[in-house]
Amino acid sequence: MKKLFLSLLATILFSTLSIAQNRALPSVDVITVTEERFNITDLENNGKPIVISFWATWCKPCKEELNTIAEVYEDWQDETGVKLVAISIDDSKTKAKVVPYVNASEWDYEVYIDKNGDLKRAMGISTVPHTFLLNSKKEIVWQHKGYVDGDEDELFEQIKKLAR
Amino acid sequence: MFKKITYTFIVSFLALNSFAQNNSGEIHGDFDLNMQSYQEDKLIGAKAADEIILNNAYLNINYTKGDFTAGLRYESYLNALMDFDDSYKGNGIPFRYAAYSIDGLEVTVGNYYEQVGSGLIFRSYENKGLGADNAMDGIRLKYSPLKGIYLKSFIGKSRTYFTYADGIIRGADAEVNLNEALNLESKTKIIIGQGFVSRFQADINPKFKLPQNVAAYSTRLNIINGGWNYSGEYAIKLNDPVGSLTTEVNNYANGNALMSNLTYSKRGFGIVVEMHRVDHMEFRSERAQEKQYIINYIPTLTKQHTYTLLALYPSATQTEGEFGTQIDVFYKIKKGSLLGGKYGTKIIFNYSRINALNGGSSFLNDNRKHNPMFISTKGEELYYKDINLEIYKKINKKIRVTGVIAKQSYNKDVLEGKTPGTYGIVESTIAIADISYKIKKGHTVRIELQELLADGGEGSWSMGLAEYTISPHWFFAVQDMYNWGNHDVSKQLHYLNVNCGFLKGANRIAIGYGKKRAGIFCVGGVCKEVPSSNGFSLTISSSF
Repeated sequence: MKKLFLSLLATILFSTLSIAQNRALPSVDVITVTEERFNITDLENNGKPIVISFWATWCKPCKEELNTIAEVYEDWQDETGVKLVAISIDDSKTKAKVVPYVNASEWDYEVYIDKNGDLKRAMGISTVPHTFLLNSKKEIVWQHKGYVDGDEDELFEQIKKLAR
Repeated sequence: MFKKITYTFIVSFLALNSFAQNNSGEIHGDFDLNMQSYQEDKLIGAKAADEIILNNAYLNINYTKGDFTAGLRYESYLNALMDFDDSYKGNGIPFRYAAYSIDGLEVTVGNYYEQVGSGLIFRSYENKGLGADNAMDGIRLKYSPLKGIYLKSFIGKSRTYFTYADGIIRGADAEVNLNEALNLESKTKIIIGQGFVSRFQADINPKFKLPQNVAAYSTRLNIINGGWNYSGEYAIKLNDPVGSLTTEVNNYANGNALMSNLTYSKRGFGIVVEMHRVDHMEFRSERAQEKQYIINYIPTLTKQHTYTLLALYPSATQTEGEFGTQIDVFYKIKKGSLLGGKYGTKIIFNYSRINALNGGSSFLNDNRKHNPMFISTKGEELYYKDINLEIYKKINKKIRVTGVIAKQSYNKDVLEGKTPGTYGIVESTIAIADISYKIKKGHTVRIELQELLADGGEGSWSMGLAEYTISPHWFFAVQDMYNWGNHDVSKQLHYLNVNCGFLKGANRIAIGYGKKRAGIFCVGGVCKEVPSSNGFSLTISSSF
């Protein structure tokens, strides 16, 4: 057990270098709203920032966040060219509700479904909502757990910094 | 064995990482800690812990370099929180894996999570909040020989707490996206899938000859056209008696399950119609009846409520047998119309009804044989019924309101596994108002008022919540649940809870103090019974 711990520590120390670098998206498949497979590293926004927001149809703060941004999304896009990607972690219990909910809410986001949590685990997400911001090289430069009223302002500040 | 393998894994991490100097891989992960103190409260039945403080913690580490990934999870239960099974004890690394992919082939060794179709015959998953984790340990291969064709196969043993169940699980699945595979330029998209799972467990029953290999298979179909989407899956599980020594208990009947849903949506409107029929369909990692061995997933066909009193009496799938239907309607009344106002109004309607199968689930042995009718709702025992309407409206830039009304029927005997006829059906009427008010930039107050009126069960409840949030860092909340309608006057109690937290980027720290009521606790669609508790809690969650 001791040995194990030492090597664990050593691993973490050795890898501080790579932690300090910007982080890339893991190569994990999710499904599109029409059930096609999609590797998340294939996300594209022509060098403009991308926001990835993890949500679920049963998560109230998640819907609050995405509904709030939906109201200003056009302005955000005009100003910065940002693209928002909403990844639902709904499993087979609530998965059928994802597309009807998205359409009824008039969201103009790119939507994917991570139905058995593969991407969620690969990105180290323990609770939703969890929001990531990606730079022109699709590296994660900022992230935020949870959502309370007003958090969208901080996100937009970060997006503007990248778009500059 | 376990430790040796883990050790080798870590050493290979290290080697890979230091060897890859300039073009080094990446290490990321997340950490969670949940600490809770327990004080005794005889009135609510909360027990004190001998340890005073109990603590659960997890650290996930994932290493990625190109097409190679490896990772592990360290878990610590010193000792496990009272909500958790006490088989979670001590520290360990029960999860470690390595995987790579090349030219469409993906190989995983060690632990993995997998699902076949919608999970009717197999799903291994984890939900730390509920203490659920039936990760597999073995080998998994995924292969996509051509675009639109996806094959996978796996073999392994299924995790049960810190050990593995006795059975060996083998599975295979093929999925074909006809449009992609045949290069069809059709508006209609068709996806078909076929899954197969089998469990081997030696028969050591001295009295009966039990099947050593038990198979389950499922066929699924998905048709999409414009705003329409149909999805269906039918599953069969071959005979799988528990292995009891008395004739009456062993059931040699096959199990089956059908789930089917049709959705339609366009801008501003969506509808979902779902049904499922479940008959003797619990599939376990070994020949035992305990819940911790379940390796398939039959989703509950009722709404996943998040408001406390709407979720006070939740439904849970009766895997032995039930028939259910559910309808959801999502509608947004347009901006600028009379009812829509300046920002539009959102309406969500949901109806669900679950009842018993005719004469109970399929049964077969030397003494008794029964096959229930395929569809029968009239006169069958009601398990659960829920009809609810939610309206969401932004009044102006500062005020947002959500209102919910619901009527629920809850078969307490069946859903809580009590003797039939003890409690009967709890009928409740629920109303909720949720108002948020923006005081100034970043500062918001939110008030929730909830009322549940019921004669049965524990009678009526009220709940109030006040929350103050300061974006982006702070939240404070105080909540009280009051069981004023309990027929036992000594149990007309308040359950007061205060919580506050600090969030910054990838870290979240929250502390709380108060009483939690005993009951069924649901997170992300899974429910379990938790004991009452009374004390301090600390939770830390962090990603890197």
